[in-house]
Amino acid sequence: MKQEKLNIIRDEDFDLLLNELFHLYGYDFTNYAKASLKRRVNRLSIINRFSSFAELFYRVKNDPGFLKHLVEELTVNVSEMFRDPLFFKTLREKVLPILATHPFIRIWHAGCASGEEVYSMAIMLEEANLLHKSLIYATDLNATVIENINKGLFPISQMKLYSQNYIQSGGKRDFSSYYTAKYDWARFDEKLKAKVIVATHNLVSDRSFNEFQLICCRNVMIYFNKDLQDTALTLFDDSLENLGYLALGSKENIRFSKIAGKYTQLENKEKIWRKMQ
Amino acid sequence: MEENAIRKFRMLIIAGSAGSLDVIMKTVGKLPQNIGLTTVIIVHRKNEPDSILQSLLTSKTAIPVKEVEDKEPILANTIYIAPPDYHLLVEDESYFSLDSSEKINYSRPSIDVGFESAATIFKDSLVAVLLSGANADGARGLRTVQLLGGYSIVENPDTAEVNYMPNEAIKLSKFHHIVDGKDIPDYLHQLLSKPIGILE
Repeated sequence: MKQEKLNIIRDEDFDLLLNELFHLYGYDFTNYAKASLKRRVNRLSIINRFSSFAELFYRVKNDPGFLKHLVEELTVNVSEMFRDPLFFKTLREKVLPILATHPFIRIWHAGCASGEEVYSMAIMLEEANLLHKSLIYATDLNATVIENINKGLFPISQMKLYSQNYIQSGGKRDFSSYYTAKYDWARFDEKLKAKVIVATHNLVSDRSFNEFQLICCRNVMIYFNKDLQDTALTLFDDSLENLGYLALGSKENIRFSKIAGKYTQLENKEKIWRKMQ
Repeated sequence: MEENAIRKFRMLIIAGSAGSLDVIMKTVGKLPQNIGLTTVIIVHRKNEPDSILQSLLTSKTAIPVKEVEDKEPILANTIYIAPPDYHLLVEDESYFSLDSSEKINYSRPSIDVGFESAATIFKDSLVAVLLSGANADGARGLRTVQLLGGYSIVENPDTAEVNYMPNEAIKLSKFHHIVDGKDIPDYLHQLLSKPIGILE
């Protein structure tokens, strides 16, 4: 039985790699949840057929292209439009009507990756006739993936799923009216991104930069350890207006965090909290 | 059960896919209580808003049943279910974590991911059971469990509703314990209850 196949990266190696990524390039993964991060480093080593940690480490130190690839692989970028349709239905029905009472709406998608949820939000705002007075900040630490938000391109193969999700979220239009098909890609309507500001922002090291009425950060903090989750939640708390909303992934909870006492969860069990003080 | 008995196993993972539910229900119904054990159920299932699995299992046992949320504390005498659409990982001895990255073996949760991460933390105090299923998920993970000293059980492919999953596991390692589906509840009850010593 080949033991090295199990775990190419030992714990000491792993710490060395994280230190190097931080000192050489400023990417701080030291407070990420270890189990998932280790799995991804191991997986990357297997995919790239590295026979040892030394080989991986050499590439990290000497090949900037590989570093970019590594960071992309370590920062998970899987998303869907209208993923968890009932969550989006709740936003549509319970949150957007409240936001509508504001003269100007500011929304932050933190850790938005390639922008599936950003476009979902823009579609809902458009349908609620609120897009014209909204500004959506779309940020991620990964500069490469957010380029896609300006392009507005998503795989055509996903459209069937997205369309089903959209309908379940309470969407009434023909989902295909939002994009034009071009070969393997669906190019989304330009007007959806007109109110989107795309920027890099690192939840680990960057600060609050504005005040919002709604912050969405779904399935991003699951990759953080509990300390870093607390740091990010405090950052969100500092960036939310009073009575603003914080929306997390369907298996995330602020229950055990420092900010829990200031927030009330919406009644229907979706992972949306309102800041009460 | 004597509260002061020392037992070897701290975590039990029961995993499967198509055709595994019946054995899971019967096993859960027979699990010994108050032996300091954490039980985890990983099954491939659809992501539907109201999961009935939790209520089904709750109806079979007095042990509390919970679907795992991110950074859920790992408690003894509790049964946890891996949520659909996330990989379930054991972060350390005290809590779970979730991961929504790409599917492994066309599956999320992937049994391989769950087995491997639990084996890394719990080593020889882990029991892992792989049941019926129509895909190869779990085979690699079960081998890892066994290589790291854990107790690995495969449902006898001849008794499994769908034998592909157990067959794949047996192909990858011949050292697993092979048990007929109908015998798994009693087999586990005995294995898990047996004390290796008594605290004075």
